[in-house]
Amino acid sequence: MSNRLPTGGRVDRSTPLRFTFDGVEYTGLPGDTLASALLAGGVLAVGPSLYRERPRGIVTAGVDDPHALVQLERPHSEPMQLATTVELCDGLAATGLQGRGRLDEAPDEAVFDKTYLHTDVLVVGAGPAGLAAALAAGRSGARVVLVDDQPELGGALLGARDEIEGRPACAWVADVCAELDAQPETRVLTRATAIGHHDQNYVLVAERRPDRPGGGGRLWHLRARQVVLATGAHERPLVFAGNDRPGVMSAAAVRSYLNRYAVLPGRRAVVFTTGDSAYTTALELAAAGAGVPALVDTRPAPPVALVEAARAAGIEVLAGSAVVGTEGEACLTAVRISALTDDAQLTGPVRVVACDLLAVSGGWSPAVHLWSMARGTVRYDETLAAFVPDQAAQDVRAAGACAGRYDLAGCLAEGLTAGAEAATAAGFPGTAPAAPPCSGDEPSAPPRPVWLVPGESGDPSTWRDHFVDSQRDATVADVHRAIRAGMRSVEHVKRYTTIGTAHDQGKSCGVAAIGVIAHLLGARSPGEVGTTTYRGPYVPVSFALLAGRERGPLFDPVRTTPAHPWHVRRGAVFENVGQWRRPRYYPRPGEDMDAAVLRECRAAREGVAVMDASTLGKIDVIGPDAGVFLDRLYTNGFAKLPVGSARYGVMCRADGMVLDDGVTVRLAPEHYYLTTTTGNAAAVLDWMEEWLQTEWPELRVRLTSVTEQWSTVAVVGPRSREVLAALAPGLDVSNDAFPFMTARHAELANGVPARICRISFSGELAYEVNVAGWYGLAVWEAVVAYGAHAGITPYGTETMHVLRAEKGYPIVGQDTDGTVTPQDLGMAWIVARHKDFVGKRSFARADTSRPDRKHLVGLLPDDRTELLPEGAQLVAPGADLATVPVDSLGHVTSSYRSAALGRTFALALVRGGRDRIGERVLAPLADGRTVAATIAEPVLFDPKGARRDG
Amino acid sequence: MLLIACPWCGERDETEFHYGGQAHVAHPADPEALSDAEWGDYLFVRANPKGEFAERWVHTAGCRRWFNVVRHTVTHDISAVYPAGQPRPSAARTSNSAEEVTA
Repeated sequence: MSNRLPTGGRVDRSTPLRFTFDGVEYTGLPGDTLASALLAGGVLAVGPSLYRERPRGIVTAGVDDPHALVQLERPHSEPMQLATTVELCDGLAATGLQGRGRLDEAPDEAVFDKTYLHTDVLVVGAGPAGLAAALAAGRSGARVVLVDDQPELGGALLGARDEIEGRPACAWVADVCAELDAQPETRVLTRATAIGHHDQNYVLVAERRPDRPGGGGRLWHLRARQVVLATGAHERPLVFAGNDRPGVMSAAAVRSYLNRYAVLPGRRAVVFTTGDSAYTTALELAAAGAGVPALVDTRPAPPVALVEAARAAGIEVLAGSAVVGTEGEACLTAVRISALTDDAQLTGPVRVVACDLLAVSGGWSPAVHLWSMARGTVRYDETLAAFVPDQAAQDVRAAGACAGRYDLAGCLAEGLTAGAEAATAAGFPGTAPAAPPCSGDEPSAPPRPVWLVPGESGDPSTWRDHFVDSQRDATVADVHRAIRAGMRSVEHVKRYTTIGTAHDQGKSCGVAAIGVIAHLLGARSPGEVGTTTYRGPYVPVSFALLAGRERGPLFDPVRTTPAHPWHVRRGAVFENVGQWRRPRYYPRPGEDMDAAVLRECRAAREGVAVMDASTLGKIDVIGPDAGVFLDRLYTNGFAKLPVGSARYGVMCRADGMVLDDGVTVRLAPEHYYLTTTTGNAAAVLDWMEEWLQTEWPELRVRLTSVTEQWSTVAVVGPRSREVLAALAPGLDVSNDAFPFMTARHAELANGVPARICRISFSGELAYEVNVAGWYGLAVWEAVVAYGAHAGITPYGTETMHVLRAEKGYPIVGQDTDGTVTPQDLGMAWIVARHKDFVGKRSFARADTSRPDRKHLVGLLPDDRTELLPEGAQLVAPGADLATVPVDSLGHVTSSYRSAALGRTFALALVRGGRDRIGERVLAPLADGRTVAATIAEPVLFDPKGARRDG
Repeated sequence: MLLIACPWCGERDETEFHYGGQAHVAHPADPEALSDAEWGDYLFVRANPKGEFAERWVHTAGCRRWFNVVRHTVTHDISAVYPAGQPRPSAARTSNSAEEVTA
């Protein structure tokens, strides 16, 4: 059976398109949506409802359809698409869904992009009002962007038989398109849906690009000085028994299918309306050859002219009546009609009229979604029976049906005015052209909203087939139960009943639901109930669109050091440290991490080992006041540090908590070279710049990040001196000439100039060789070559952590968490008494001088092989673990196996820990075991520091 | 997302900036002279008005300069932008802001 009309519509009959739905083959035409092609093929029902499995059919012709969910399989896989918005193409395949889609396991080949654009005037919607607005704004010379979600411009004009300037409206649309095309500063986006309207007129627009392989699209980030919203209006459903049956459609959608797609969705149609607009649907149905046995109008006295026009077309008008029920199995076969009393109760006998289509118009709801997202207020207009835009909160204007203006002449005039005003406000003075003469929708007589058509029996608590939100299978009975449970706010009823939370977010049912709530609450009008909050996105969008190309390797920048290729070749296992990829360990064949780390640790303690330390944050601090500046930020002094010397420093926030630590070298009287922890480099630079700019702008200091400019190779272990001697043959590497915590400039054997510091993060004799980044790989390879005879062993971050923890050196961010002072770390020695610095005053606060603060201590499990999990809580022996909350003494911050100690060990923050050395604590673990351990001094290896000088 | 007019770079998206909290909270000249309560106020207590608020921003992904902004905390209207160290403009220009904010 074909419901396609022989002529008319905006479809191309010359090239039929084949497609399948639920495995059955159909044909459609270019210009069709999947929904119009299905209707043309006689398919009304799409998929059953989510919970009650009731048959459900196509209701609308756009984004507000509550039922027509399909899984797209070809040309590409896409779940939860609306048949009413899917453009038909040859070979398309889809299946109906029961409220839930399926994500395809296969990788998505679609390409999604982003574009950022500023404009003077943004017009959303290209119906008559939007086109007029863009035209008027564009003529001013302003930059104009016009976006519309359809493949072609025209909006409601595409589905109507209106005339403008004595010609079909679509001819006027074509002229406007041509003029907009010719305007150099106007850009038109089709298939582009404005999904969010945020602060400062930041509007997100989702553009579909079905012509691309695998689909795809583009997310436009638009900033507009002025916005004109011409987003139109959605026709409301009516709430009556059986209103969800396939064959019950929006009257406006029926018009659209007739005129735009040349599809007759039914052969015998009843029209049910509360206002004027559906009369046109009835007349056009009759003209297209459908039988229209009845037009049911809730109003007792509809406009005489409309009634006469209907009767002239052979349509019986049943005024003051309502459809009170539907009949049929899978699809509609008849409707039940009753007269209404003045207070909308049923009266008189019920009349059954056979039909296969019920075109319903419950009135119009302006699409105020974007308006509201932009924080504009809405008010309830009693005459229009609709929520309309009230006060704008930004530079936004509403025009046309979005503003509650439904007649064509009014939409055109309002659009022209809004466009000219917006351009003028954006700095491009213009005046609105005169509105063209037209014939189309006329100003409407007042509607008679009936928010709840009573059932033929029972009361609201039993009306389980009066669907309020058919996507959620939520009915009048559900709303009634919510109100009986005490809900009064529309937001509460929404959450209690889930009304408005399905994929269309209440576009179709939202205001109808408010009407039902108002009715059941006994409110005078929906205006007393108000709306729920409108939130973006206006239509569902895929995460792929939001992500754009920032996925996979492009999700986050990956930073690698100059020696990275060597680490890869050597088979390093990497870990992420911030954005850096750092070698964690270098396993030999057959080694796991524990074995590799024990071997690497042994090499560093007994021979020589090498680590890539290039990821350390590095900041050049330069200027006459550099020393004064560092004195104010570090807890210890740097102004008197001799040139050529290095010093470890700790920085605190104003509240006295440790922010970062690192070694700073004074290279010249006015040049310090400061290092930070790898993950903190940007934050420390930000911190230093903040104080310099906002508190001490008088200081003559400049800060430059040189993290990427310098590559650092740490050469560590008792035999590191002999490796350095070979690497830098001109340098006196003796302990006297090059003592601990000093820096030297030297030319390496390969000719590379280097800045070498004697710094140790392991307690061993060690050097850090800094060279310009582009020499990093060559110098790394040179160090490895010169150390080969000594068995130089590369090591990664895991070994570095073990070595430093054996020495009790904390790692900021691992052993500290923003609540730890230098004193808590046992570093009172680094806090200067005779100068001020950021955070100093906080050390005199009662809280920071409590004796029971958590201190960093060592922890030795009784079982020398037991590796405590980092984060494990510690409690006193005898603690009652059954009574929560259990009093916690602290937690494990670092935990390792030590080759040097021949056992496991940990660092922990323990309440009053330094006064508990030698005491035992228990660690109740997640696996149910409780592990005993003894608190120890934090420095477990070489506490006298005898190994530092080799 | 806000559109913030950096005094040096012009209008840029909020994502280029970092927020710095209330403006005009100077580090005390002599912290040792303050009581614990006064020092605690400096550390922890900030205004949280419903209305116009002078606050600090830094153009992190741009010129890296700190500056001050007067922003309405309900409407997000930015009525003034001025360099760090300058006093808050006495009559901040207002445009398109809600006349009155009601609870």
